[in-house]
Amino acid sequence: MTIIDFLFFLFASGTIASALGVVASKNPVHSALYLVLTFVSCAAIWLLLEAEFLAITLVLVYVGAVMVLFLFVVMMLDIKVAEMREGFVSYLFVGFLIAFMMLALMVYVVGPVGPDVMGIAALDNATRHTAEYSNTEALGEILYTDYVLAFEIAAIILLVAIIAAISLTLRRRPNTKHQSPAKQIKVKSDERLKIIDSDAEELK
Amino acid sequence: MIDSFLAIGLDVWDWFPADMQTLLFIIGKILLILLPLLLCVAYITFAERKVIGYMQSRIGPNRVGFRGWLQPIADALKLMFKEVIIPTKSDKYLFLIAPVLSIMPALAAWAVIPFDRGVVLTDVNAGLLYVLALTSIGVYGVIIAGWASNSKYAIISSLRVGAQIVAYEIAMGFALVGVLMASGSLNMSVIVEGQAGGIGSWYIWPLFPMFFVYFISGVAETNRAPFDVAEGESEIVAGFHVEYSGMAFAIFFLAEYANIILISALTALLFLGGWLSPFEGLLAADHWLAGTSFFWFFAKACIFAFCFLWFRATFPRYRYDQIMRLGWKVFIPVTIVWLVVEAVMVVAEVGPWAV
Repeated sequence: MTIIDFLFFLFASGTIASALGVVASKNPVHSALYLVLTFVSCAAIWLLLEAEFLAITLVLVYVGAVMVLFLFVVMMLDIKVAEMREGFVSYLFVGFLIAFMMLALMVYVVGPVGPDVMGIAALDNATRHTAEYSNTEALGEILYTDYVLAFEIAAIILLVAIIAAISLTLRRRPNTKHQSPAKQIKVKSDERLKIIDSDAEELK
Repeated sequence: MIDSFLAIGLDVWDWFPADMQTLLFIIGKILLILLPLLLCVAYITFAERKVIGYMQSRIGPNRVGFRGWLQPIADALKLMFKEVIIPTKSDKYLFLIAPVLSIMPALAAWAVIPFDRGVVLTDVNAGLLYVLALTSIGVYGVIIAGWASNSKYAIISSLRVGAQIVAYEIAMGFALVGVLMASGSLNMSVIVEGQAGGIGSWYIWPLFPMFFVYFISGVAETNRAPFDVAEGESEIVAGFHVEYSGMAFAIFFLAEYANIILISALTALLFLGGWLSPFEGLLAADHWLAGTSFFWFFAKACIFAFCFLWFRATFPRYRYDQIMRLGWKVFIPVTIVWLVVEAVMVVAEVGPWAV
């Protein structure tokens, strides 16, 4: 067993164990953290596959941003474990169905019936690149030449999704009082204090 | 006598298998980076107290050792011998993992930092991305600490931090995209070498808005004043580490100061030409000031580290909505506009693209 094999089995078993932890743990915060661990160990496996750009981006985007916001929401929830347990059996069936479908897809892709470039058979032809090989450059070259149209369309779809999400959640409440930092910064000294002349009034 | 000891040492070394030798060699290099780094961390706490002291017309710590120079050692010893109290209803494991999660990325990021030409632990191609990814997972330490403490102040603080760091990370990432466009590489050494040619060739000039945004986002990312709403002593006592004591508490501070040094070093590398001399091209090539040196890098990083302390003594704390506004509505548009300007500069071949 070479050191690469050892690392692969280490991170692969880590991925599986933490993925089990996601579904098995009772506390949603623990589940979210197990999911983070799953992502990180997946990223390590991708590193072994010389896909360092994807691996680092997985950590950067999913671990560094998406899961932080996820945790954020889960931490604020007041979760009752008993309620969570309800409907366990009915969800179990749906869960198994989805898991089975994903397994079937994976077997199709990796196994002998799938596309030639991805299956286990293709592993024999795979060669290790030298240290100069840059996965980032290789991905960039292919994304901005062969797949430029698909790439741009994906970018536009994401932009539309951002705008849609913002416009869905943006609500203006005219009756509430709130500060506007922009106005506060622009304020000048003569606007802060107004001196008014008024006649003295007699106390009643 | 000494020769025979050396010979025995070499025999023991040869006795290890080749893989093990490589591993030991790498561990040795890691220690060579980490030990001086931890020393720097200890002394930046001392520098902070001294600098802020003098800025406020005080003397600062001057009792332990010569003029207070042993103060950080005394602080560390004191904290080490204090009990780590675990709150009764806290999540015990997460409570103890949180400080580790917060210091790990701060130290691991140093793996790709080049200290001088060729002096780097791992010269990876995607070095810049690696640093960005690691600084982004530093937030977990704070968030988990806040949640696991089972304390209202701590969780408010961790929610503030989560939102703040995610906001500023985007601006930071865009600023790094600017550097990436200028250098055409994610490799830190290539980025520094791209700035060769004296002070005028540094990326700070064509990328000045990026530099500005990057450094201020760095201050926000490390939760330093004026962006220290995570700690907010006057509102939420001490924020996420209110329940921590002893060494667990100290580790959060180690992480904070290690991050300060990291951000300073990165700013020096990405915008100020790292180990390159500012006098390159101005003085004769064999002049002692014109050569590349670790000391240039160190001096440049020190300038930024000093700025961190200076900011803390100068600015009052930002209000939370102002922080959010600055991150989302000011910095991100500024960086996006400058990316477009850079694209125009690339096409027109001005700045670093003229060559």
